[in-house]
Amino acid sequence: MPVNPETQGRSYGPFEPYEVTRGAIRAFADAVDARSGAHFYPEVARAEGYADVVAPTTFAAVVAQRAEFHVVTDPEVGVDFSKVVHADERFTHHRPIVAGDVVRASITIESITQRAGISKVTSRAELTDADGIPVATVMSTLAVREDQS
Amino acid sequence: MSEETLPAFASLNVGDQVSGRDVDITRDTLVRYAAASGDFNPIHYNDAFAQKVGLPGVIAHGMLTMGIGASVVEEWAGPGNVADYQARFTRPVPVPALESATLNVTAVVGALDRELQQARIDVTVTFQGATVLGKAQAIVDCA
Repeated sequence: MPVNPETQGRSYGPFEPYEVTRGAIRAFADAVDARSGAHFYPEVARAEGYADVVAPTTFAAVVAQRAEFHVVTDPEVGVDFSKVVHADERFTHHRPIVAGDVVRASITIESITQRAGISKVTSRAELTDADGIPVATVMSTLAVREDQS
Repeated sequence: MSEETLPAFASLNVGDQVSGRDVDITRDTLVRYAAASGDFNPIHYNDAFAQKVGLPGVIAHGMLTMGIGASVVEEWAGPGNVADYQARFTRPVPVPALESATLNVTAVVGALDRELQQARIDVTVTFQGATVLGKAQAIVDCA
């Protein structure tokens, strides 16, 4: 079943808040080979002006992709996850994420385009903090092969 | 962003390489990234599954490659100073079971906005001589 373009504009969430821990930031920084001490040590982060260890640039994907999961598993959208490749991604940070943040995501299907047997599903996740203040906007496009197999 | 670590805008010129290095990716890296990110798509750890969906074998998460690019930019820009970062995933990076895949990452000043005191940093990630990200650009606040 192909992706249903009529689900363009559909929104999901806000979902359960994600609590950003020092351990999560350290594990992510380690995985992407981010080496600054400000990702690992609170005292280094504070010396650089942050309240606590600061997340690497793409850490927001941890929260955004949890929201995206609701899009790709919505049966009415019709994404066959075995035929998905990630096409592009964009992070716009309204402020850096630090340990102790409580981040909540909502997600909207921004566009669905279909061409040459490929459906492209672009979502926009808006991340806000505990006070509802914007933290980051994450745009993500998945390309879904619509072959018959 | 952190004023303590902001790069000096005045000394930048378009075309300057501000950061760059090689980064080795192994299956261990993929497992760590899967756990850290919550992305457990089996194409990033299961060869049989990857081949079933038409890939040569296990490939790196595009977001891992993108994240490594950001890490190289941050080494110059300072953590928390990348305001915007985008990339297209143009070529998969196969990661063999026992050896490593080596990415070469460079970060070059692509444009300077003097009014906003922002630098556009163009990130090039190559694997075996071919680029694997398209239009990978980071906007760095310098004020």
